[in-house]
Amino acid sequence: MEYKDYYKTMGVGRDATQDEIKRAYRKLARKYHPDVSQEADAEQKFKEVGEANEVLKDPEKRAAYDQLGSDWQAQQDFRPPPDRESGFEYTGGSRPGGGEHDFSDFFESLFGQGGSGDGRRGFHMHGEDHHAKILIDLQDSYNGTTRTITLQMPGVAQDGQVINRQRNLNVSIPRGIRQGQQIRLAGQGSTGMGDGKAGDLYLEVEFRPHDIYRVDGADVSMDLPLAPWEAALGTMVKLPTPSGVIDLKIPANSQGGRKLRLKGRGIPAKTAGDLYAILHIALPPADDPGTREWYQRMQRDSEFNPRAKLEVA
Amino acid sequence: MTRKRIIKGQLLEDSDLVTLDELCRSCMVETETVTLLVAEGILEPQGQSAERWRFGITSLRRVKTVIHLQRDLGVNLAGAALALDLLDQIAELKRGMQN
Repeated sequence: MEYKDYYKTMGVGRDATQDEIKRAYRKLARKYHPDVSQEADAEQKFKEVGEANEVLKDPEKRAAYDQLGSDWQAQQDFRPPPDRESGFEYTGGSRPGGGEHDFSDFFESLFGQGGSGDGRRGFHMHGEDHHAKILIDLQDSYNGTTRTITLQMPGVAQDGQVINRQRNLNVSIPRGIRQGQQIRLAGQGSTGMGDGKAGDLYLEVEFRPHDIYRVDGADVSMDLPLAPWEAALGTMVKLPTPSGVIDLKIPANSQGGRKLRLKGRGIPAKTAGDLYAILHIALPPADDPGTREWYQRMQRDSEFNPRAKLEVA
Repeated sequence: MTRKRIIKGQLLEDSDLVTLDELCRSCMVETETVTLLVAEGILEPQGQSAERWRFGITSLRRVKTVIHLQRDLGVNLAGAALALDLLDQIAELKRGMQN
C-alpha cells in the first residue's frame, strides 16, 4: 500500500493552519471539479484532493495522520500500524457526497470505510441514476456498434457495508447517434433499497476527435484540397466520406472556401445530417525552375487582380 | 466472459421531455429544489404550473451539476447558475473552434 502525502496533494506545508487548508482545498476543488474542469485528469485529481481534505480539515483525523507521518520513510510502502484501533480513534462522520467518493486503501486502512451514506435512509428507496460519458468514433455512429464499458459503482453488500463494485456492460450504440446525445439504460443505475426500483444509467456520447472529419450536430464537414487547375477547370475527385468513397464533381471556377453539400451523407440520425466538403486551393510550391517559370508566365500574361475589391492599384 | 448479453438502451432525443416527478426522482432531489432552480432561471420548463412542467432532457445533467457544485464547492444558486452559463459558452466556443 502506498503512503499518501496529503499535504503535498493540497500544496500546503505540514504546519498549515486549518484556514490555509480550507483555502487550498477550495482553490483545488474549483480547479479540478469534474463538472467544470477542463483538465484531462480532473476526476482523479479531484478525488485525491477530496480525500486529502477529508483528513486534513478534521483536526482529529489530521492528528492521527500526522502521528503516522513522524516515523514514515519516504517512498516506503505503508503498512497500517497494528494497534490503530486503539491509537487512532475518531468520531466517525460520513463520507462526502453519499456513495460517489471512493477513498484509497491507504485512507480506509487508517479511518475505516466511514459512514455508509446512501443506502440506509429508507427501507424502500429508488436507486440512484448514474451518468457516464462514453467515447466513440464517428464511424461508430455511421455503422452502429457495441461497446463494453466498465463502471465503478457503489453498492451495498449483504452485511450492509458499502462496497465498490466493478461492472462490465455490453452496450449497443445505435446507428445515427449524435455528439452529446444520451442513451438511457433502464435499471442499470444503483440498486434500490427494499422494494425500491433500481436507478437508470445515462450514457452521454462523445466523439473522439478525427483527423479528417469535424462534427456539428448531425452535420459533418471535411476539408477538400484541390490544385488550382482542378478548381479552375473543374474535375472529378474521389472523396473519402465516413460512409464510403464517392466520386465528387467539382464545378469549374470553384473558389477556395466554397462548401459543397452532400445531402444526407452526414450522421444517419432521425433527420439525417449533411456532409460538407470545404474546398481549399493548395498551391504548388515555387521551389523548382519549372514551376517558377510557370508562375512567371501567368504573372506576365494574366490580367487577374485578386485585390480588385480593395480598390488599390 | 460466458455471458455476453448486449444491452440496448433508449436513445434520448433533444425533444424528449420529463415531468417534475421524473426529474426529482432521477436527480434525487425534492420538488422544492427544482422550484428554486426554475426561479433562478437555471431550468426553463415548458408549461405554466408545476403540475404541467415538462423539462428538456438536458435538465437532468444541469440539476446534477448544480447539486455537485453546491456540495463540493460551496457555491450558492446564483454562482452555480453562472458556472453553468459559462460552461455552456465554453462548449459552444469549443464547437466553433472545431468547425
